[in-house]
Amino acid sequence: MYVAVKGGERAIENAHRLLADKRRGDQGVPEVTLDQISEQLGLAVDRVMSEGSLYDRELAALAIKQARGDLIEAIFLVRAFRATMPRFGASEPVDTGAMRVQRRVSSTFKDIPGGQILGPTFDYTHRLLDPALAQGFVPEAPATAEASTAPTPRVTDILGRDGLIESSPQAEEGASVGDLTREPLNFPADRDLRLQNLARGDEGFLLAMGYSTQRGYGRNHPFAGEIRFGEVEVEFSAEDVGFAVPLGSIELTECQMVNQFKGSATEAPCFTRGYGLAFGQSERKTMSMALVDRALRARELGEEALAPAQDEEFVMSHSDNVQATGFVEHLKLPHYVDFQSELGLLRKLRKEFADAQTPDAMKEAAE
Amino acid sequence: MDQVTLHNNQQAQRQAAMAVLAHAEAGEIAARLRNLALPAHQDLRAPENGLVMLRGRVGGDGAPFNLGEATVSRAAVRLASGEVGFGYTLGRDGEKARLIALCDALVQSRDFGGAVERDVIAPLREQLMAGRAQAAAETAATKVDFYTMVRGEG
Repeated sequence: MYVAVKGGERAIENAHRLLADKRRGDQGVPEVTLDQISEQLGLAVDRVMSEGSLYDRELAALAIKQARGDLIEAIFLVRAFRATMPRFGASEPVDTGAMRVQRRVSSTFKDIPGGQILGPTFDYTHRLLDPALAQGFVPEAPATAEASTAPTPRVTDILGRDGLIESSPQAEEGASVGDLTREPLNFPADRDLRLQNLARGDEGFLLAMGYSTQRGYGRNHPFAGEIRFGEVEVEFSAEDVGFAVPLGSIELTECQMVNQFKGSATEAPCFTRGYGLAFGQSERKTMSMALVDRALRARELGEEALAPAQDEEFVMSHSDNVQATGFVEHLKLPHYVDFQSELGLLRKLRKEFADAQTPDAMKEAAE
Repeated sequence: MDQVTLHNNQQAQRQAAMAVLAHAEAGEIAARLRNLALPAHQDLRAPENGLVMLRGRVGGDGAPFNLGEATVSRAAVRLASGEVGFGYTLGRDGEKARLIALCDALVQSRDFGGAVERDVIAPLREQLMAGRAQAAAETAATKVDFYTMVRGEG
């Protein structure tokens, strides 16, 4: 059978031209600028940076504009861009304890040193659509108060002092940091690779996985020990300079989940923990990440691993929305040859089936 | 002062200057530099964009892991008198990296170190600190005061 393999070029070209026109929309409406996207759709930019795994607000805003607001398409564009750039190296690990906190809440302790700081949050809003925002809204200037100079230690550090919570695993001397953008993923994967995978994982997928643990599929009894959002300084040990060079600051959200305790004949019982960290203000993402990080520690903590969220191969192989969308969406690309062979086989099978159904006497009569 | 102490002092000074400059806009640095009679200098390395892998720590204080990358621009500048300055900054603004490199070279210069601190870095530091103080004050206003809530005052 003849299969058309040529002839799509002009259609493709015209389809992209039509796309560019549709993306612009009604030209009587002002064009949206990258600054507008970055400033007014900031949380979309944060998500594209997190899952695109590239901190650059302007590029994320451009990707959102180019993708017509399709965030997974925008994430795809950012990932493709990063693949074109050389890597200078890795930063010094950021110190979230020294974060210039813009928001910091704990659901486990009312009176934490440094206090409960609500910051810019949707929490406690009534989720009623606000017609005032429809046009020309000018917000009031933010209220101000005297800022405290007291440090805001991580809640887990406070619990850790009394041994009530397990301490964070430390790196072995000279151990390299796993990087799934450089080496293919192998299982079982260490915590560093799992956290890297979750940090760039799809928020919706992680939300569903985290939620499943709460509903009983790998329950781990979580408390939001602390969620903090703010600015941290980034330093890079540049070989040519010879010391750690300040690069500026980035915004991060960190979630410390405090989970069910464990103990043994040799160890006193203490709380366990799950960890979430992501670019920008990404609370749902980091909370989900912390729940899933804790669930994936099932084997290490001697728990039965029966639920999907505890299965690292399942979670890590399906968390990446660029991989996922690539494989799902490739189904719409031409599969004419594959399909023709299936069709040929099916016709043959149906003929055999029909032949078997027809009694020999009928065949003879027909002849 | 011995050589090692001198070296450490200068390194701390360079880092402190870079920490301010990385937060400024290229235009702001350029405008401040226009107040100086700059010595002859040349690009040792033209501005170049690339990526740095940003790292976090497990639990905030444990073993490091790779969080995701950031765009970074870098450049190097040499003064006619020999000092070599390096500029690194988040983002893709090559001109900003070049200006930071120039400032870093000037910081190391006997003749220009004082002037660049006074006319460029100090005012930018003041501006940065004012911005941070404003943000901290706005944040502080959202701190929960449980005592007040219970009493129903405020």
